[in-house]
Amino acid sequence: MSLDFSVVPDYFGILWTGILWTVLITVLAGGISILVGIAIAVATLYGPRLLAFPLRGVVFLFMGTPLLLQLYLFYYGLSQIGIMLPAFWTGVVGLGLHYAAYNADIFRASLQAVDPGQAEASRSLGFSRSATLRFFVLPQAMLTALPQVGNNSIILLKDTAVLSVLGIAELVLNAQRAISETYRPFEFYFTAAILYYIVNLAMEFLLRKAARKAEAIR
Amino acid sequence: MNTQTPMIDVRQIRKAYGVHEVLKGIDLSVNKGKIVSIIGPSGSGKSTLLRSINMLEDVSSGEIWLDGKQVNRPLKGRQFENHINHIRQEMGMVFQQFNLFPHLTVLQNIMIGPIRLRKLNRAEALDRAQTLLSKVGLSDKGNAYPARLSGGQKQRVAIARALAMQPKVMLFDEATSALDPELVEEVNQVMKQLAAEHMTMLIVTHEMRFAAEVSDQVIFMDGGVVIEQGAPKDVLSNPVEERTRAFLRKHLSH
Ligand SMILES: Nc1ncnc2c1ncn2[C@@H]1O[C@H](COP(=O)(O)OP(=O)(O)O)[C@@H](O)[C@H]1O
Ligand SMILES: [Mg+2]
Repeated sequence: MSLDFSVVPDYFGILWTGILWTVLITVLAGGISILVGIAIAVATLYGPRLLAFPLRGVVFLFMGTPLLLQLYLFYYGLSQIGIMLPAFWTGVVGLGLHYAAYNADIFRASLQAVDPGQAEASRSLGFSRSATLRFFVLPQAMLTALPQVGNNSIILLKDTAVLSVLGIAELVLNAQRAISETYRPFEFYFTAAILYYIVNLAMEFLLRKAARKAEAIR
Repeated sequence: MNTQTPMIDVRQIRKAYGVHEVLKGIDLSVNKGKIVSIIGPSGSGKSTLLRSINMLEDVSSGEIWLDGKQVNRPLKGRQFENHINHIRQEMGMVFQQFNLFPHLTVLQNIMIGPIRLRKLNRAEALDRAQTLLSKVGLSDKGNAYPARLSGGQKQRVAIARALAMQPKVMLFDEATSALDPELVEEVNQVMKQLAAEHMTMLIVTHEMRFAAEVSDQVIFMDGGVVIEQGAPKDVLSNPVEERTRAFLRKHLSH
């Protein structure tokens, strides 16, 4: 059987839907990974020990075990004990939390790298601890963290494919549907790969633009 | 007789890092509209003293008063936080390393305190910031980020940022010692202008000539104690203590 890409355009709709879902999942899970990552970093750095210590443990657990296993555990494992979570949100939140663990480490290091003189200047003006964090320390840490968190977000984009195991109709699952009708795995997997690559390039472009802006300030 | 309450009143403060006592019972006061300079060798505790007045360091004992209000009130937790956040708004602090906020423009650096803490609206804060910028000679730099400024310009912005809170006193910790020599004068000029406007100032400096020029009183510190204090012409030109003489011999020779 020779390669024949002429069938691909017939399935443009399903592939397009797939890539849209992939982008949506990336945005949602990426947002969770950043917000939760910041929350974990702040809590483990400045929070009470009683909270910080177990939280560090949970972070290591998330980083030290496979994403696929975590998703199985949240979806199938929890349903066994009567906790039924919708597949889509299990996937999005699971993916987001997995990357939140990685981002938390980056945000921690970035927060610690902010010159202590910044907090002193803020406190000497009369800003409270939390306002100091919010207006001065955190924004600067975000600028430092930007390249690495951006890289994580690109890896996250690729890992959205794992969500196909939960039956979420992102790009890989939709490609598989097309394949099951046409028996042309190479053509559709290859097309899917190209589509991932395009989104990836777009993300890298935006990231580089943002990083250049951040660099001009620092 | 002088019966007015001093603007800054420091009574017998002590501060130790572990077993190392850095401030060994310091007394000093600055009256309204007066300028007091602190000189002394490196490591004598000058920065620690200034930072203690602003409670960036907490002292082991003693009292710090600002315009009749105790700065280091024995409060706990939230109450202390609220108290200190309020009282710090009355004290402008200028650091050796400027500590401008690099992610904010010059105008934003100056406006954020008045907007967030003094509850000015944007227009009022902008107006105040622009007035201060022209006062420090940087009207054209409002939209620049600190990274684009020279050291002297950064320090002038830092002074404007502190002044924007309309503090009762200004504390300067070696405001010019991180600057290239040719940039020192522009910052000194701004400080002299504040002096002419009768801003109450406590200035840690390594520039004897500047101290002589602007101060009402000079304090010589060494080893965490005040060795000698008085009018600049006495302390700087005619010191009584041998340690003061030795220090000045070293610092006036170049
Ligand atoms: N955070 C700190 N921890 C320990 N020792 C400190 C700390 N800050 C300052 N010191 C010590 O306190 C002494 C006084 O320092 P400082 O107030 O900076 O002196 P100065 O400003 O007169 O040069 C020095 O011996 C310094 O090493
Ligand atoms: Mg010092």
